[in-house]
Amino acid sequence: MAFGPFLLLASLEGLVTAAVLALSALGLSLVFGVMRVVNVAHGEFFMLGAVIAWAVTTAVSGHPALGFVVALVVSPFIVGAIAFVCERLVLRRLHYDPESTIVATIGLLYIFQQLALSFYGADARPVEAPFNIRIQLPWFGYSGYKLAVIAASILVILATWFVLTRTRIGMIMRATQYDRETAQAFGIPVDLVYAGVFAAGAMLAAIAAVLIVPIQQAHYLMGRDPLLLSFIVVIIGGLGSLRGTVIAALLIGLSDGIISVFFSPTLAKMIATLLVAMVLVFRPQGLFGTVAR
Amino acid sequence: MSLDAPQTGMASARRLDKATALHVGVILVLFACLFILPDYHVGVLARVMVLAVFAIGYNILFGYTGLLSLGHAMFFAAGLYGAGMPLYHLDWPVMPSFLAGIASGTALSLIIGVLALRTTGVAFMIVTLMFAQVAYLASLYFTTYTRGEEGLVLQPEIRQVDFLSFNLDLTDPASRYMAALTLLTIALFITLRIVKTPFGRNLVAIRENEERMRMLGYNVFQIKLGAVVISGTIAATAGAAYGLFFGYVGSGFAAIQYSILPLLWVLIGGAATTLGPLLGTIFMFYVIDITSGFTSAWLLIVGGALITTILFFPKGILGTLREKRIPWLP
Repeated sequence: MAFGPFLLLASLEGLVTAAVLALSALGLSLVFGVMRVVNVAHGEFFMLGAVIAWAVTTAVSGHPALGFVVALVVSPFIVGAIAFVCERLVLRRLHYDPESTIVATIGLLYIFQQLALSFYGADARPVEAPFNIRIQLPWFGYSGYKLAVIAASILVILATWFVLTRTRIGMIMRATQYDRETAQAFGIPVDLVYAGVFAAGAMLAAIAAVLIVPIQQAHYLMGRDPLLLSFIVVIIGGLGSLRGTVIAALLIGLSDGIISVFFSPTLAKMIATLLVAMVLVFRPQGLFGTVAR
Repeated sequence: MSLDAPQTGMASARRLDKATALHVGVILVLFACLFILPDYHVGVLARVMVLAVFAIGYNILFGYTGLLSLGHAMFFAAGLYGAGMPLYHLDWPVMPSFLAGIASGTALSLIIGVLALRTTGVAFMIVTLMFAQVAYLASLYFTTYTRGEEGLVLQPEIRQVDFLSFNLDLTDPASRYMAALTLLTIALFITLRIVKTPFGRNLVAIRENEERMRMLGYNVFQIKLGAVVISGTIAATAGAAYGLFFGYVGSGFAAIQYSILPLLWVLIGGAATTLGPLLGTIFMFYVIDITSGFTSAWLLIVGGALITTILFFPKGILGTLREKRIPWLP
C-alpha cells in the first residue's frame, strides 16, 4: 500500500479511537468539572460497560443487532446505577475531599477489577457487531461499523452539549459547578446533582465501551488505557471544558492512531504521557482551558 | 490532657525518651522474631521490613508534608534498577551497586520534585502518576537492558558482600533478615530524628497551612523539595535492597500498583506516625497471606481495605490510638 492510503487508514483508525475517547473523557471531565472529584475508577466503569454488553448480547438470542441495541440501552443504565450507589455510599460520606476521594476511587478500581476477574474471568471475549458492511474505498475496504461508531459518538456528544447548555438540568449542573454554595442557597439539591453527575459520567464511559466492544474484545483489564488516555485528554483540553475535551480527544486519538502505526505503541504512549505531564507542570489550565477561578 | 506552659519542655523531653524506648523495643522484638518464628515467617518478615522502609519513605512526603504522590513506584524502581543493572550488566560488587541504586533515587527525586512541585493538590497527584507511568513504560521499552516484564534474575553468586574481611551472604535467610532489620532501624531513626528537628516541624506546618508558612518568610518550595528528595531516596534505598536481597529486578515493581501499596500501608498504619508504615505493611501482608488460604481475590481485599480505612479510620491504627489514648506517640 502506498503512503497516502496508508496514512488515510491510520487516520480513520485514529478517528475511531478519538470518537470513543471523547465520550469517556467527557464523562471524566463532567465529574471533575462539577464535583471536583478525580475519578480514578472511571476506566473500570468503561470496563463494566463492555463486560455487561457481552453478557447482554450472549443472553439475547436472534439477530446480533437486537442484542447490541439492548446492550446499548441496558449496559449504561446498570453502570449508571452502580456509580450512583458508589457515590451515595462512599464519595458523599467523604464530603468530596479531593485526596480522600482519590484513595476511595482507587479502592473502587481494585474492587471492580477483582469482581470482573472472579465472575467474568481472565479471557478476552468478543461481541458480534450489529451489522457487517464493508465500505469499499479505491485502495482498501473499511468496516462500516467503525464509521457508525464515529457517527454515534458525534450524536452522543451533541446530545450532551445540548443537555448542558440548553436544558434546565444542564443549567442546574452548570450553576452547581460555578458556585456550589450559592446554588444550594437558591434551593438546588446539590447533593442529588452530584450523584446524578457521577452516574452520568459513568454512563458516558459505558456507552463508549459498548460502542467499542465489537471492535476490541471485552477484558477485565481493558479499563487501564481509557483511564490514562481520558486523563490526558481532560488535562490537555482543560479540566471541565467540553469544547476543549472534544478537540483534545481528536488530537490525542488521531496522533495516537498515526504514531502507533508508524512507531512502537509503547514509545508513543511514553512520549504522549511525558508531554502531558509537562503540559500540566508548565500550563496547568490546559492548552484550551481558562484559568480557574 | 493539658500541660502548663513551663512544663512542656521537660514533658517533651520525657515524651521523646518514651518514644525512643518504644522504637528500641520494637526493633528488639523484631530481632527476637528471627529466633522465635518459623522459617516461613522469617522470610515474610524480611520482605515486609524492606517494604516497610519504602512505606516509611512514602510517609515523609504523604504523612508529614501532606503531599499525596501517586508515583512512588518510580523511586522504588529507580533504586531497584539503579542497583540491579550495574550488578547484572557491569559486574559491579554489591555495595557500589547498592549505592548506585540510592544515588539514582536521589537524582530522580530531585528532577521530579523540581518539576512536580510547580503544581499543587490534585495536579500534583496526577503529574506524579504520569511521570511514574513514563518510568514504567520506559522499563518496558528498553528491553535490551531491563528485559521488561521478564526482568533480571540476580544469581546467588553475585549477591555476596565482601567488606574488608567480613562476608555477608544475601541469599542466606538469617543474614538477609539482619540486613533488612538494620535498614529498617536506620530508616525508623531517621524519621524519628526528622520529626524532632525544625525541618520536620516545617514539613508539618506546610501540611497544615502552606500559605501561612510562605507569609512567615519560609522558602516553602525548598522545604517541600527536601521532603521529596528524602522520601524518594528512602524509597529508592528500599528498592535497591529489595533487588539485592531477593535477587529479582522486574518492571512489575514500577507499575502503578507499587505506587498505591505504600499509600495503603501508610494509611492503614497511620499517616504521620513513625511506626505506622511498619505496622500497616505487616498488617496488610498478613491479611493477604491469611486470606489467600481461601480466596485468591486479593485485589478485592486491597480495594476494600482502602475504602474502609478512608471512610472509617482516616487516621489509621496508630493515628487513632494517638488521638484517643497515647498522645505522646511520635
